[in-house]
Amino acid sequence: MKDCKSYSVAPPLADIALRNIWNLDMALDVNTRSETVELLSREADCLKHKLEEERKKLNDVTLANVAERLEEVTFLNIKPRRLLKGNQAKMLCCDWSPDKRHIVSSSQDGKLLIWDAFTSAKEQTVTMPTTWVMACAYSPSGNLVACGGLDNKVTVFNISNPEEDPSAKKKTVGTHTNFMSCCLFPNSDQQILTGSGDATAALWDVESGQMLQSFHGHTGDIMSIDLSPSEIGNTFISGSCDKMLLLWDMRTGQSVQSFEGHLSDINSVKYHPSGDAVASGSDDSTCRMYDLRADKEVAVYSKESILFGVNSIDFSVSGRILFGGYTDYTINAWDSLKCERVSLLYGHENRVTSIKLSPDGTALASASWDASLRVWA
Amino acid sequence: MLIVLLKPIGILCSYIFKAMGQSLVIGSERSARRKKQKTDGNLPVDTPTVSLTAASMTDLDNITQHQIVYKKMEQLMDRMQDENTGIPVRTVNKFRAKVPSVFTGTDLILWIMKNVDVDDQVEALYFANLLSSHGYLFPIDDHFLNVKNDGSYYRFQTPYYWPSNIFDPENTDYAVYLCKRTMQNKTRLELADYEAENLAKLQKVLSRKWEFVFLQAEAQSKVDKKRDRMERKILDSQERAFWDVHRPMPGTIITTEIDYRKLKRYKEFATLANGDIANLLVPIQLPVKTNVGKPTIESIKKDITAMRLKLDRRNIKLSKIADTYITYFEQYAEYDPFFTPPEFSNPWLLDNVEVWDCDKHSSMFSYRKEVTVRRIKRWAFSLKELLADPAGKEHFTKFLEKEFSCENLKFWEAVQNLKKLPQREVPEAAEEIWTEYLSGDSLNIDSQSRELSRKNMSAPDRWAFDIAAVHVYHLMKSDSYQRYIRSEMYKEYLNTSKKKTSMKGIRSIVSFSGKRDICPS
Repeated sequence: MKDCKSYSVAPPLADIALRNIWNLDMALDVNTRSETVELLSREADCLKHKLEEERKKLNDVTLANVAERLEEVTFLNIKPRRLLKGNQAKMLCCDWSPDKRHIVSSSQDGKLLIWDAFTSAKEQTVTMPTTWVMACAYSPSGNLVACGGLDNKVTVFNISNPEEDPSAKKKTVGTHTNFMSCCLFPNSDQQILTGSGDATAALWDVESGQMLQSFHGHTGDIMSIDLSPSEIGNTFISGSCDKMLLLWDMRTGQSVQSFEGHLSDINSVKYHPSGDAVASGSDDSTCRMYDLRADKEVAVYSKESILFGVNSIDFSVSGRILFGGYTDYTINAWDSLKCERVSLLYGHENRVTSIKLSPDGTALASASWDASLRVWA
Repeated sequence: MLIVLLKPIGILCSYIFKAMGQSLVIGSERSARRKKQKTDGNLPVDTPTVSLTAASMTDLDNITQHQIVYKKMEQLMDRMQDENTGIPVRTVNKFRAKVPSVFTGTDLILWIMKNVDVDDQVEALYFANLLSSHGYLFPIDDHFLNVKNDGSYYRFQTPYYWPSNIFDPENTDYAVYLCKRTMQNKTRLELADYEAENLAKLQKVLSRKWEFVFLQAEAQSKVDKKRDRMERKILDSQERAFWDVHRPMPGTIITTEIDYRKLKRYKEFATLANGDIANLLVPIQLPVKTNVGKPTIESIKKDITAMRLKLDRRNIKLSKIADTYITYFEQYAEYDPFFTPPEFSNPWLLDNVEVWDCDKHSSMFSYRKEVTVRRIKRWAFSLKELLADPAGKEHFTKFLEKEFSCENLKFWEAVQNLKKLPQREVPEAAEEIWTEYLSGDSLNIDSQSRELSRKNMSAPDRWAFDIAAVHVYHLMKSDSYQRYIRSEMYKEYLNTSKKKTSMKGIRSIVSFSGKRDICPS
């Protein structure tokens, strides 16, 4: 049924259509010629070369050059403001409640903790029947949290009533064939989007547990997903151990754009708040930014003194600052436009696994293998 | 049996003769024996590169998270140990005893400051500590692998013991090492409390093999005794530092731990390399995934289509793109608490939750009470911003009601809500939207979108009206939204709020004078 429907694609993607006469000629050519691997790979190389040429043409300036006219960011005075001590187990993920003061965290020992970050108090504890709960997320209403990990499942808990034991109202929504590495609620409490070590992402209906759409295309474990902040919100980006970022149309399940450039596993992806670009963090110890309109990498954030991989990234409200949580226990703050590091935050005593900007942008939460969460402002 | 025990690779012994300024030779007998085992393997053809640039990282392809870091650290170690430009390594006298091949913390930090692009001394020290915690250099007499910026002494680890060479040593080897130390009657080799405990535990676990462990330890200890005193001192400390990395003191971080998400791949590696993990670190050509074989016609065809599509896109030049980022930043800097302090003090800095309370008020109750100028100004950025703010949406609806044109907005909202429904309710809700907005003429949309929606109604899903909604959204954006932003209604609302805030501003300055300035600005 679905196939007969046609969808228009969001504006930046709309240009994907065969327009070129040259292109059609080539297509005919391929069909008539005998198809050998050799010939095809020669053609692929040729195209690759051409693509690189085209990209070079677009590089009339560098982002850092244009950003020279901006004032330097010298006034950042970010300090740890809260320390949330967990139970000895590695913290693997955290997420902010839409109320801007609660945080949910998941950890290696299978505990899901709900914190009032403002008072640093633990409010609720949910024990999962698995270890390594790698992902957790608040729903837009703040009433539900989803989590999962080594159990390959995404489970939803209702935490709206603090008197009640959340595990009494637990619901398994979806199951992957490998660990679940990331999840989020796309604009609604009724759906969950998950990414998994089985190289697929999936959209689930919370109530029925039905899979609404699955996303195949990566050839490595999906490590991170992020929803487009655009008003339509039908696209999301995923980053994977195959070193690729793929942009997906949720309606069709097709990947509509891809980005490459990283030299190792991509651990984290995040949309620029404008929705026109995506950033990624990788084990190759760089963060990069890709523009959807230019269809290419526009910035690399790296430094010789940074040897370790990036596990998690997030943007400040204006998109100017890109925070990265690193395996060397630090958080680096980059000026995303001038492409320089503007601040280095020490404090965690083991690798930083997850960082998230609070919904109003006033603070940054970080989770670490040192069994603690920190709130920076 | 002996061979099994000595398994931790031998090929890498060849490293030993390479590079190092204070070039150490691991007990000739031992290394010779090891060489015999493995000389058939590929000798490392690793030429040390001088920089850590991306170019030298292109062959990182198939190696694990840890290996990438080790590789970079090892390139750095080569630079550090360069005879001319490296850190000066000396033999010093300490309490009338000679301490061979050491350098001071100060020298190390100075070198890092000069040669690595660190920002300040704090970062240099942090950087040195990272190298130390991974065992590339170590304090000569401390189990705790850290670096101080003073005259204390440090030594380089021999490449044989680098974590990239022996990543996951076995317990038997650890037992032999501990056992050996109990045989050598020297104070510097005495076991620390935790090591003694470990030894006791291992003795239980390995009880069946224990005789063998003991014999092995004895043999090694004999070899050691034949060695030169200075050489032994160095070797003992290097071996200790190696175990301090892999069996660290309780309370310190285990740097060799693997992220669970990466473990799967790591195991694939291990099986490929016949269980000898260390082995695979030298020839990197091992494929990670079995499916990454030779390209097939299909895979190349797929690549070609993908590249064609990429070539076909009309892309925007970087200069234009850079400008849009900058414009976005300039517009939103006022709303980014890292650039402009929030209107009410930042709750994390001053323990004041006024900003959140105010926020709640305005979204839950009537917007008339507390909508600040900053918020209203933001509505003018884009239709998206206006609709994202409940107060903004309410005000916009009022404006449209006055114009008798709020059908578009209502339809848009209905479609957005449809997407948020549980699957069970979707068909019914879609039906409702169809009857309410699309079956009649109440909504002004183009025939194409209407036709598409009609088609989709045969099996309505949550995206059935998406195209029509996008169409309507663009209509609103280019038409009613523009009129709203220019309308007296919006301007008036902004002005009243301005007046209110200025009144409030005076009051707040009186009551909280000074408090506000603490935020970084």
